[in-house]
Amino acid sequence: MYFITYLISGIGLGSVYALIALGYTMVYGIAKMLNFAHGDIIMIGAYVAFFALSRFNVPAYLAVLLSVVVCIALGITIEKLAYKPLRKAASLSVLITAIGVSYFLENGAQLLWTSSPKMFSSIIKSGALELFDGQLSISYITLLTIATCILIMIALTYFINNTKTGSAMRACSEDKGAASLMGINVNRTISITFAIGSGLAAVAAVLLASTYPSVYPTMGSMPGIKAFTAAVFGGVGSIPGALLGGLLLGVIETLAKGYISTQLSDAIVFAVLIIVLLLKPTGILGKKKSEKV
Amino acid sequence: MANIKDKIKNIYKKKNSGVMSYTIVIGLYLVMEILMKTGNLTNLIKSLLVPCVCYIIVAVALNLCVGLSGELSLGHAGFMSIGAFTSVVVSGTLEEVITNDILRLVIAVIAAALVASIIGYLVSIPVLKLEGDYLAIVTLAFGQIIKSIIGNIYLGIDEKGFQFSFIEDTTKISENGKMLISGPTGATGISRISTFTAAVVLCIIALIIVYHLINSKDGRAIMAARDNRIASLSVGINVTRTKTLAFVMSVMLAGAAGAIYGLNYSSISPAKFDFNQSILILVYVVLGGLGNINGTIIAATLLYILPEMLRSLADYRMLIYALILIVIMLVTNNDKLKNRINELLRRKKKHE
Amino acid sequence: MKKNNVIKVVVVTMILALLAGCGAKEGSDSIKIGGSGPLTGDAAVYGIDVMNAAQLAVDEINAKEGKEYFAFKMEDDAADPEKSPIAYSTLMDWGMQVSIYTVTSGAGLAVAEDYNNDRIFALTPSGSNTGLIYNGKVNYDNAFQVCFTDPNQGRASADYIAEHKLASKVAVIYRSDDDYSKSIYATFVEEAAKVGLEVVSETSFLKDDADYSAQLLEAEKNGAELVFLPIYYQPASVILTQANNSGYAPIFFGVDGMDGILGLDGFKAELAEGVYLLTPFAADATDDATVHFVTAFKEAYGTVPTQFAADAYDAVYAIYQACKAGNVTPDMAAADICDIMIDQFTTMEYPGLTGTSRWAVNGEVNKSPKAVIINNGVYVAAE
Repeated sequence: MYFITYLISGIGLGSVYALIALGYTMVYGIAKMLNFAHGDIIMIGAYVAFFALSRFNVPAYLAVLLSVVVCIALGITIEKLAYKPLRKAASLSVLITAIGVSYFLENGAQLLWTSSPKMFSSIIKSGALELFDGQLSISYITLLTIATCILIMIALTYFINNTKTGSAMRACSEDKGAASLMGINVNRTISITFAIGSGLAAVAAVLLASTYPSVYPTMGSMPGIKAFTAAVFGGVGSIPGALLGGLLLGVIETLAKGYISTQLSDAIVFAVLIIVLLLKPTGILGKKKSEKV
Repeated sequence: MANIKDKIKNIYKKKNSGVMSYTIVIGLYLVMEILMKTGNLTNLIKSLLVPCVCYIIVAVALNLCVGLSGELSLGHAGFMSIGAFTSVVVSGTLEEVITNDILRLVIAVIAAALVASIIGYLVSIPVLKLEGDYLAIVTLAFGQIIKSIIGNIYLGIDEKGFQFSFIEDTTKISENGKMLISGPTGATGISRISTFTAAVVLCIIALIIVYHLINSKDGRAIMAARDNRIASLSVGINVTRTKTLAFVMSVMLAGAAGAIYGLNYSSISPAKFDFNQSILILVYVVLGGLGNINGTIIAATLLYILPEMLRSLADYRMLIYALILIVIMLVTNNDKLKNRINELLRRKKKHE
Repeated sequence: MKKNNVIKVVVVTMILALLAGCGAKEGSDSIKIGGSGPLTGDAAVYGIDVMNAAQLAVDEINAKEGKEYFAFKMEDDAADPEKSPIAYSTLMDWGMQVSIYTVTSGAGLAVAEDYNNDRIFALTPSGSNTGLIYNGKVNYDNAFQVCFTDPNQGRASADYIAEHKLASKVAVIYRSDDDYSKSIYATFVEEAAKVGLEVVSETSFLKDDADYSAQLLEAEKNGAELVFLPIYYQPASVILTQANNSGYAPIFFGVDGMDGILGLDGFKAELAEGVYLLTPFAADATDDATVHFVTAFKEAYGTVPTQFAADAYDAVYAIYQACKAGNVTPDMAAADICDIMIDQFTTMEYPGLTGTSRWAVNGEVNKSPKAVIINNGVYVAAE
């Protein structure tokens, strides 16, 4: 029975990773850049929701909405100011800029809100669903996290495949030059991608903070790296891949902690990643691109 | 006279001879030594010298990998860590056998370089099968694994010899013995035998190795493989071999620099060598210019000192550091600005 | 051309930074107290608390003396062993005569030898690792602690639990990359075996971990009635919340790092109901000294002081008491002041916020921890 408890807690953690990984994957697919500041957008989202809930006592859904709006605005602003001027620059320059943005957000948050953590009160009532005479308990927030993750995944897949903007995004990710020749506004599409990624980050932030209720300036960096790993796991650029990668990562991490060693769980997660990439060099669901001369 | 002047000019102009790099490093060394001998150096600058040179070496090593060979590594801090902990163990073990600090330092650095290159070679086998961002993430993964593994090693020595345990500390070191590595706490009570001179000597050796490689047949093969893999394959270059060579060289130098770094402090912890540290070194490389060794040396020096110079800004210093980073990237990649600067420079030259 | 531009921009920035770095030298008619701690980064909350409390004490003393008796300077070391030697050097450049050492143990270990070699008297408010005051057989005679050493806390906790029969099966959750947590854990387990407590689960986590459900499950699975948390209050608060979410309700027992949990922004006090902690300082205490300190601190900085702040406040006042008793003057060399201070500290008794303290020659403090239990959101002295 404990195995199932570990498994479910792992799926909960994995769902959060998956939501964050979506942001990485979409941005990578279109802008071909690793947005290292993505984890810090989560941090900002968590702070916004925290202040909305604890200072202004707004209802939970409003807090989430507010957090989403702020994160979208932030994501677009960062893209406009820091990444757009570098569209033609080497990818490493963009990477360094993203790291600069990440440092900036973390240190800015520390100055504004101090590094003392804030305790996030869950957006739903605490407690757990008891099954099999209390032998198995699943906390409500884990259920909500898993449900949200599935819902968003379905909505996003529909959006990408069945809407005009979605097609534009796919076109941009295939070939930006050709896309712009077809009359697609590439800059606008990239901005929309950033907006969606950041909005998802805000949702992930609220769920993350509800499960692990500590909000502090560097809270996003570790989940950020893990989610990035998850994105690669599943195949960078692939949306179902992000879901699969996130879930796998969460489950492996929790099981490793439960059955092997809490100290070595990170090493185990990354070792599995290496093995997966050796077997499938572009991730589990990644597309194999043939090399052209 | 004019002849000699021209000759010197020619040496400097000759591409990739490395004379400029040696001049910068030796020049910096002499200036610092003179200031130190005449008592004009503040404690602050003194304490920055050794780590700064270590970062220069690691950055140059990473440039070999990222700039020359085109493989983005996000795990160099891990290799530095291997070097640091190897040297601490070697130096701690030999403390009573070899009392000469310089000799012990040399042995520790060589051991660190060896261990790092062996591990680097093993890591390179899976890593170099991958490409681009996938390669980068696997180096990141190895960096994390190294950090995690070193953080679980308990190693001590006493009259009965080495005692080792993993994850749980089960070593029972007697009164006369000492712990060399104690898990996540790392190594403490290290005798600090690194010196500025030793660091600079290692730096010069690293530069000689790197420039020798760049100007050799292998170096040209490495660059050819970076620029066009398929074309290189078709002219008979063994791409895997050349890439492995560059990677292992780079890891070896990072390990050696880690050794000097580790022996400069009385305590080091494995958590220090994390992903952020790898990124920090990468920042030096990118700002200095990919494949540009001189630029790397200057960027590493300035960026390492920058946060310390911003100390008077107290809480704001890391914020300012981040802003400077972003602004530098934006400015240097801005075509309009670049053209304007070039124009200004041209005008200046005309006036002369 | 591109590469040159990068270099030029960097050089210009550096020159600007250097100019910004030039400050006016301060006068030498006051005794210079230095110290370093994390003012940026993850652990900044501790460093800033220590800096604020020490500054408060210095200001109070200067006001009382009617002149600038102490000058105080705190440097940032980001709790990083690489940065603390740099912070130390900066303080030496400034002309530090007495020091409140470092805030965190890890950073302190990296400069312990320097402090000893340079003969600077060092009194750490919160660096509880014994390596700060002695290294194996070598005693750093210049170094003293205000807080308890870690082994003391582990022993005292195990004794308390056994004596009061709080539980017979206990679990420990500690942070394995933190000296503080690890050494309390080690002595706790050792002492637990002696006093007949059964430690049924020992799990750990790392600095960046956010999820403790696996560790809690492990404790629950093994039937632990009490969970010992030799950790700081931030992770502890998450553990309490997660335990509550999953419906696991053992007794939680913390040490001095747990103090501050009630002041955490957004923390629901009912989650900490019934939590025991051994701490020398409680911000809710009603004695005059504590009330005065807490009010003054709140007024100046707007937050409730933690035990770190209380220890720092005590550190400055203890140094003041020793300076007064030993007739220390600002023109003395640091080494001479160090000798006087060592004499004073090994003989004097200092009545402070965190209890009446005496110091052993090895630098350890002797004072008694108080066990408190959280009842209706406030500390109540436990039986």
